[in-house]
Amino acid sequence: MTRKSIDLSGIRKSFGQTQVLADIDLQVREGEFLSLVGMSGCGKSTLLRIIAGLEMPDGGQVAIGGNDVTALDPSDRNLAMVFQSYALYPHMTVRQNIATPLRMRTLSLPARLPLVGRLLAPREARNRIAEAVNDAAEMLQIVHLLDRKPAQLSGGQRQRVALARALVRQPAAFLMDEPLSNLDAKLRAHMRDELAALHRRLGATFIYVTHDQVEAMTMSDRIALMIEGRIEQLGTPDELYRTPATLAVARFIGSPTINLLPAEVSPEGRLQVAGIETGLVTEPGPATLGIRAEDIHLAPEGIPARLIRTETHGADRYLTCQLATGDGQTIVLRQGASDPRPAHPQDKVHLRFAEGSAHVFGPDGRRRNHSHHRMVAA
Amino acid sequence: MRRFIPHILLAAGAAVMLLPFYWMILTSIRTPAEIFDISLWPVPDRFNGVENYGQAATSVPIARFMLNGVIVCSGILFVQVLTAVPAAYALAKLRFPGRRILMALVIAALCVPMQALALPLFVGLAQANLLNTYFAQMAPFFLSVFAIFLFRQSFRSYPDEIIEAARMDGFSEMEICWGLVLRGSLPSLAAFAIFSVVAHWNDLYWPMIVVSDTALAPPPLGMLLFSDAETGANYGALMAGATMITAPMIVCFVLARRHFIAGITMTGVK
Repeated sequence: MTRKSIDLSGIRKSFGQTQVLADIDLQVREGEFLSLVGMSGCGKSTLLRIIAGLEMPDGGQVAIGGNDVTALDPSDRNLAMVFQSYALYPHMTVRQNIATPLRMRTLSLPARLPLVGRLLAPREARNRIAEAVNDAAEMLQIVHLLDRKPAQLSGGQRQRVALARALVRQPAAFLMDEPLSNLDAKLRAHMRDELAALHRRLGATFIYVTHDQVEAMTMSDRIALMIEGRIEQLGTPDELYRTPATLAVARFIGSPTINLLPAEVSPEGRLQVAGIETGLVTEPGPATLGIRAEDIHLAPEGIPARLIRTETHGADRYLTCQLATGDGQTIVLRQGASDPRPAHPQDKVHLRFAEGSAHVFGPDGRRRNHSHHRMVAA
Repeated sequence: MRRFIPHILLAAGAAVMLLPFYWMILTSIRTPAEIFDISLWPVPDRFNGVENYGQAATSVPIARFMLNGVIVCSGILFVQVLTAVPAAYALAKLRFPGRRILMALVIAALCVPMQALALPLFVGLAQANLLNTYFAQMAPFFLSVFAIFLFRQSFRSYPDEIIEAARMDGFSEMEICWGLVLRGSLPSLAAFAIFSVVAHWNDLYWPMIVVSDTALAPPPLGMLLFSDAETGANYGALMAGATMITAPMIVCFVLARRHFIAGITMTGVK
């Protein structure tokens, strides 16, 4: 299996007056599983289509394995793409669908014609294609479907055929545009594992577009989080989760959504939420404090709050609390189901957050350095 | 009772549409004496079908007319499809400057009646010394804006992602156009083929202008020459001839009916 790096430099793209990509630089390493994540309209699909060659950038360069391919046709880039709708050829059987990329590459135009092509295609080439189709079908466990038409397949089966069609020609890289979004939740989780396993087995470069942060977090080596046509942060899933560079990244990554509390930093640098000392020290001025649900605990003392709702999710329990002071900010915290049962709704509780777990963002939305002075003592 | 009312109305409409055909067939089996009888009773006093059909089949080269009709209609249809499909594909699926203007021109051209163009076309063909040829009968219809419009409507619903997958697999635009997109629109091809063949099989106006040679006449013109020269006022034989030339179209429609209806409803035309 060939594996290539993909380098993007200075990619710009506008549709009419709307700028969708602003000066994107991105190095995808060979053999890497990189996700492009963002809300719809952030430009991630456009970027993928530019890599594929389906869209021309207004400026910048696309290089595959060090070679500039910006001006090449999609078919000359040796990339395989899996589309959201799978894009199988409806009139062909599964076998023909999988064989098509190879037929297009190895057979001449006359040999591809229906009927007469059979006589013109060299036997050896035909055998090689049939073998490759079988190998791909076996890898994705769809051998029994080879003679069906796409319309006779379920969503998950079509997905596998699309993957087989992509990997049959041993591309320089795989491009995937929300390939799991048409599957139901259970199958999606299953295909996630399969895709990750496929990536490990092939060792190929994957570029994966999704709006679902869970997909990105679970499969990727690295994630590029895109917002409004820019790459907001590029890093491993852990980096994005633990050290979000901006408020937007913090808000996007993680489920449930990170708790964000408006905060004020006194001239001495002490960060306060709703007038309560948090023990964090940073630059003076307005700020936003971000804390993930799992980093907050009920404690004998701490920030006073009132429990308003408890949700049990099997192994986890989510508690929604309202701060006792300030303008009624709510905070969600996560407990293990084995933790002591929380107080009843409307009960007064105290919250503390684990040391080193807080994220502080300045008014510009960028992450701020801070130190932990001492634990909360309200 | 209520749910039968639409059916009764439709049946009444169908009866009005079918009456001329019924009358034609009825006349084709009646004796000359009975022709002007206004009764629509299906059994004639004396069955004269054998004589009428015999006369229609022997006194004029009806097979020749039909062959001419087949040549002209298939020639027209072939070139129409050959030109309209790529144009429709470009208008439906490719992005290029001027696309909207070209589409507007196509729609505008739909509004130009054939009759308005007849004189310049006739003069042009006469100057080129092409009167009394198959080519003269076919040429004005080679470019069908109706076909472009119909196919474009149908092609628009073809999924873009399949086209993109094909581009990545290395299909040329022509292969995408003919091998994938048209293939996904076969009902509209069937619908258009019926429109086109029926229209040109039945066309009398244009052949009358450019053809005077009986050997080149398509069926309706042939029947006209037939009624003039050979039979005078033998309406029974005339209707027998008309029945014979209409029959292929009816068979053709019945065979492709399902596709025809699918093609029309799918494209939102009519």
